[in-house]
Amino acid sequence: MTVESTAARDEARRSSGKRTSAKTATTAAASKSPAKKSPARSAAKTAGKTAGKTPAKPVSKSATKSAKAPARKTAARNAAATAPHRQDEPQLVQLLTPEGERLTHPEYEIDLSAEELRGLYRDMVLTRRFDAEATSLQRQGELGLWASLLGQEAAQIGSGRALREDDYVFPTYREHGVAWCRGVDPANLLGMFRGVNNGGWDPNTNNFQLYTIVIGSQALHATGYAMGVAKDGADAAVIAYFGDGASSQGDVAEAFTFSAVYNAPVVFFCQNNQWAISEPTEKQSRVPIYQRAQGFGFPGVRVDGNDVLACLAVTRAALAHARSGQGPMLVEAFTYRMGAHTTSDDPTRYRADDERASWESKDPILRVRRYLESEGLADEAFFAALEEESEQLGLSVREKIRTMPDPDTMAIFENIYADGHALVDEERAQFAAYMASFEDSAHQEVN
Amino acid sequence: MAADTITKLPLAKAINESLRKAMETDSKVLVMGEDVGKLGGVFRVTDGLQKDFGEDRVIDTPLAESGIVGTAIGLALRGYRPVVEIQFDGFVFPAYDQIVTQLAKMHARALGKVKLPVVIRIPYGGGIGAVEHHSESPEALFTHVAGLKVVSPSNSSDAYWMMQQAIESNDPVIYFEPKRRYWDKAEVDTSAIPSPLHRAKIARTGTDLTLAAYGPMVKTCLEAAQAAEEEGKSLEVVDLRSMSPIDFDTIQQSVEKTRRLVVVHEAPVFFGSGAEIAARITERCFYHLEAPVLRVGGFHAPYPPARLEEEYLPGLDRVLDSVDRALAY
Repeated sequence: MTVESTAARDEARRSSGKRTSAKTATTAAASKSPAKKSPARSAAKTAGKTAGKTPAKPVSKSATKSAKAPARKTAARNAAATAPHRQDEPQLVQLLTPEGERLTHPEYEIDLSAEELRGLYRDMVLTRRFDAEATSLQRQGELGLWASLLGQEAAQIGSGRALREDDYVFPTYREHGVAWCRGVDPANLLGMFRGVNNGGWDPNTNNFQLYTIVIGSQALHATGYAMGVAKDGADAAVIAYFGDGASSQGDVAEAFTFSAVYNAPVVFFCQNNQWAISEPTEKQSRVPIYQRAQGFGFPGVRVDGNDVLACLAVTRAALAHARSGQGPMLVEAFTYRMGAHTTSDDPTRYRADDERASWESKDPILRVRRYLESEGLADEAFFAALEEESEQLGLSVREKIRTMPDPDTMAIFENIYADGHALVDEERAQFAAYMASFEDSAHQEVN
Repeated sequence: MAADTITKLPLAKAINESLRKAMETDSKVLVMGEDVGKLGGVFRVTDGLQKDFGEDRVIDTPLAESGIVGTAIGLALRGYRPVVEIQFDGFVFPAYDQIVTQLAKMHARALGKVKLPVVIRIPYGGGIGAVEHHSESPEALFTHVAGLKVVSPSNSSDAYWMMQQAIESNDPVIYFEPKRRYWDKAEVDTSAIPSPLHRAKIARTGTDLTLAAYGPMVKTCLEAAQAAEEEGKSLEVVDLRSMSPIDFDTIQQSVEKTRRLVVVHEAPVFFGSGAEIAARITERCFYHLEAPVLRVGGFHAPYPPARLEEEYLPGLDRVLDSVDRALAY
């Protein structure tokens, strides 16, 4: 990806944000949308329609042509839909601009108290602090690896805070912010990265499944779980997280098929952070990812993944859509992986510095701070207290990781089977005897 | 043993009856797979179940094996006990990732805090004149994976009871069904007390040599033993029933008596379960053995076209050929 094209995309996106508010007026007036009073069901319905209608046609037409002569024809065709923009950069739902300006949206609106807004800000700040702490701990040798969520705080906190307690989360390995929203002890997330276990927490304590490393698999688990929820007659919803890279996995496509066919109450939340390790989204998809939903028969929507309000509003609507028996919905949170893929990765080999810089101006936390400050929704004392809380969180995580015990050697043989297995028993006994033989000789030497 | 609980059933029907019983007993038991509902499965193993238990419990799935197993995992996490059908042995590989990477490891990943009671039924093996991918024996690809249990019944009674036990198991069980024995009839006593799922059985007693087999090859071995008897040789046949774990104690006891062992399976010999059995029995019975443990099985070749499968599959004569070789030491 060239610097020029990145800049062009950014420009398109910036204008699309404003367009959102402009479009608001017309659509709202035209459709008499009841979005404000009952955002959930009706909002989702309209979303489905809009998502299906608006971008699909031009994209499919331009897909073959755009490579050679993209600009004029398509721009002309879209003139009615306001400012010119590239076909593959459809507008995204945005409620808070990078400058901290509050926008409205006809289908996805949200009304939050000052306290709730401060809460979202706090969640994002603390998540970022935890994440930074983990990165440091890796650099200090306390963790073998860390997958940073830097830049994706809004996507994770916004969607995570949209969940009800009885909803169920199926994450990848980067959903530290969602884990935070679910009340998972941050230290629990570090175990696998330190190498003391492969997850180990009880998923049913916080309705937060174990991290999934082979990406895409969890979309099917979420779908199956959601099928079970429907069979139980419960009105909970399930959310599956995955990224732009995983969207290429067959399991994700199969999850789309199964959930659509069975009307399973599942929300697919794709954090498109632009990079699957070194491969840009262009290497994963020829159409914007959210548009894939249409082919499977359910609505998809793209949201500004750096806008916590929009992520919250859209995910709430998607969950309500799923709960209401209308089946799955796909949310594509358009965001950016500010850091490396993991601490083992070197992004300087494949992406330009100014791309990252362009996303820095769209920081998910900064825009909320600007909004809180400009609207007088939080005072200096709040920010100071949060800074202190943040430091304390860092300290406690540091302390927990440094005192995290290594597992017992014999844990190799534990929990392989629920009902036991003769071979495991045999090998455990043999290995125990082998280990004991060293203890005996050591004992003899001392004597 | 009440007489009215004994019926003579084809193996496929025994599995059908077992699934029916399990679904009656536990409302969490689900049957899912391609064509398992209205059609009753391509081998009719699930015949009539959807009619009686509804589409909500006997689920015709999209044609996507990874999706079937992946959603079964999700259902199990929700508290269900899915019994999944993979239509044919050679169709399981799209689901192999879900089985190996997720199903087998999730219990350990959660340090025991979740259970995955999923049964995966796979009609396997050759002998029915089918096209490619319909006659394979991939059991070793599953026995090699910790976290899975792998079983295969050889007769109707075991088919019935082992299915009950597989469904009751809190671990994932790969249940290999000997498809060419689907139509073989045998008595099933639904009030019997079954032996444990992973215990081998002595299918025929003998003194000169032990044949160890499972699934479709048990019948072949019994026929071989019958033929050998006519030649004055007494062969013992061990029906392993379970390939993970393997009941080595029962094989060992038999071999300590007969001093010779031939392992028979349809799957390719190279890196197959026969290799594992040979290694372990050699270690356990080194001073009892009068001959090396021999193996009879498939070749290191793709399963051949149907016109060649009679020559490819281990039959009575190939089993007896190895018996003669073992007895010649």
